[in-house]
Amino acid sequence: MIINHFFPQFMHKDTGGKLLLSLLALITIIVVTFNFLVAESSAWHMPTYMVTLLGKYLCLALLAIALDLVWGYCGILSLGHAAFFALGGYAMGMYLMRQIGDRGVYGNPELPDFMVFLNWSELPWYWYGFESFAFTALMILLVPGLLAYVFGWMTFRSRVTGVYLSIMTQALTYALMLAFFRNEMGLGGNNGLTDFKDILGFSLQSDGTRIVIFSLSALALAMGYIASRFIVESKLGKTVVAIRDAELRTRFIGYKVENFKLWIFVFSAMLAGVAGALYVPQVGIINPGEFSPLNSIELAIWVAIGGRGTLFGAVIGALLVNYAKTYFTGALPEFWLFALGTLFIVSTLYLPKGIVGLFERFQNKTSENKLEEKTA
Amino acid sequence: MNSFSQMQDKVRDVLRRDRTFNHTIVEEDVFLQGTHSVHHNTLDASHGPVLYLEDVSVSFDGFKALNELSLYIDDGELRCIIGPNGAGKTTMMDVITGKTRPDTGLVYFGQTMDLTQMAEHDIAIAGIGRKFQKPTIFPEHSVWENLELAMKTDKGVWHTLFTVLTSEQKDRIEEVMLIIGLQELCYARADLLSHGQKQWLEIGMLLMQDPRVLLVDEPVAGMTHQEMDRTAELLTSLAGKHSVVVVEHDMDFVRSIASQVTVLHEGSVLAEGTMDEVQNNQKVIEVYLGE
Repeated sequence: MIINHFFPQFMHKDTGGKLLLSLLALITIIVVTFNFLVAESSAWHMPTYMVTLLGKYLCLALLAIALDLVWGYCGILSLGHAAFFALGGYAMGMYLMRQIGDRGVYGNPELPDFMVFLNWSELPWYWYGFESFAFTALMILLVPGLLAYVFGWMTFRSRVTGVYLSIMTQALTYALMLAFFRNEMGLGGNNGLTDFKDILGFSLQSDGTRIVIFSLSALALAMGYIASRFIVESKLGKTVVAIRDAELRTRFIGYKVENFKLWIFVFSAMLAGVAGALYVPQVGIINPGEFSPLNSIELAIWVAIGGRGTLFGAVIGALLVNYAKTYFTGALPEFWLFALGTLFIVSTLYLPKGIVGLFERFQNKTSENKLEEKTA
Repeated sequence: MNSFSQMQDKVRDVLRRDRTFNHTIVEEDVFLQGTHSVHHNTLDASHGPVLYLEDVSVSFDGFKALNELSLYIDDGELRCIIGPNGAGKTTMMDVITGKTRPDTGLVYFGQTMDLTQMAEHDIAIAGIGRKFQKPTIFPEHSVWENLELAMKTDKGVWHTLFTVLTSEQKDRIEEVMLIIGLQELCYARADLLSHGQKQWLEIGMLLMQDPRVLLVDEPVAGMTHQEMDRTAELLTSLAGKHSVVVVEHDMDFVRSIASQVTVLHEGSVLAEGTMDEVQNNQKVIEVYLGE
């Protein structure tokens, strides 16, 4: 196939992935054209709020890929993955806060507004460096990665698995939420970080910046997908699936299981951190609510509905459920939670492999029919 | 020589004039040094046995699963271990592979590797392969991938991420696939295999590890007679190049393969010898065969 020329070797059999990346490229082109190049007065113009909304969805899709890597492939059901997303978001938020400079309400060139309000006289040490974008970019990867490393090192080494591990991840995100709610934490307490002005000198409110951030989100999703696909197609990916299916066997053929789990967990946390960092400038706020255990559970539902262990299934799930959420919370706000619950029950009962599994079943049936026709 | 006089020798050695500065270099295994040099992490089976278990005891909540068990497996031998349920056969394998740590006793691989101090994956890499009682394979991987994963190679995370199969490695996989007779099912998912084929695949995975010792727990459970014969053939052909330790309940099968049989009872060795000797042993008849 000609289309294979555009994709690396390891993606040649990945029809879903090729379709996803092609669609992503198409959407990006469409959005850029209709928002940026079509005049605002034209009926064809795409409003900027829609661009931002789409950009948000793409970040959440990247987060879903991160969870699918550890849950779908390694069997680690992390119910605290939104914590890594939020940490990446906070790192970006701290950079954006420092960019406000003296344009805040209190006009203090050094301290963010909430610190002035709390009568703090100087910047806490952990805010140092966040005026630099390069440092921030490093922290976006490093902070979630380090937390995942420490947490994973302790739990995987003690061979905590299954539901116990899920509960511990849930406790982790809950503890972080409570910590970030405190004003003494120096990260804006329950208001979080907001009122951002610009990024790298470009105004966050301008259409141009928004289009660029949207395109970066699409790029991050594509790169995240390709990297994850490379991992799951490699021998490491096969080993990780082997750990999911028969951990003891994997150990007894000479793999140090803890290290593999740790590696994939840290990679996944970093991916989630990047997603969070791209999310924050588009929504304009990051607060401790992002650590809420409910967010992580909802994330698991996206992946389950889309289809575990396929990567593109996670993207489909994230986009679908979030679109449904936007629609329902607008049209029938009181029904959203019921709809989500129903979706989850229906998908676990009738679609154990999610929407992707439904397609596969359909595809198998048609190919079986063809086979019968041939043999008849 | 007792250890005190060895200590004296060591001190004397350190204080020797001509070696004033050398005492900072740690000499390994002073107590184990014989007529030949000894290295850690290389297998040394020069004295005959490749696997030593001495006075090994394991108890679970007061129940003695192993009771001062002593067992020696020679290099290249095929040994069958039989015994009634609860005799400690599986616990013995757990102890050797590092899954269970003994309360007391010595477990050595060769003369230098203390298995009680090693992690499961290190023991596997050192050269002890294990087949479980229930066939344990990777259900969602193909036969080929199952063998590929088991292959003896660098099993570190980064190496595993970037590695690509070399042609020698592919040849090796095909060779093993031929030995276990699954070459036609090369790309079939492993969970679609029959019970007997799964057993063989697991033995094949052991072979891919190229172990010095194979521990095989009930290899013919649930097999037909033809399958059993083939398995017997396979295991006997492996002995010589590898030491093979088979735990089995099926007496006909044991008779068809074993030269040496060890009978376990209540966590220790009851009798050892050829099948005929063991069958005529009065104690064995009492506890096991004389049902």
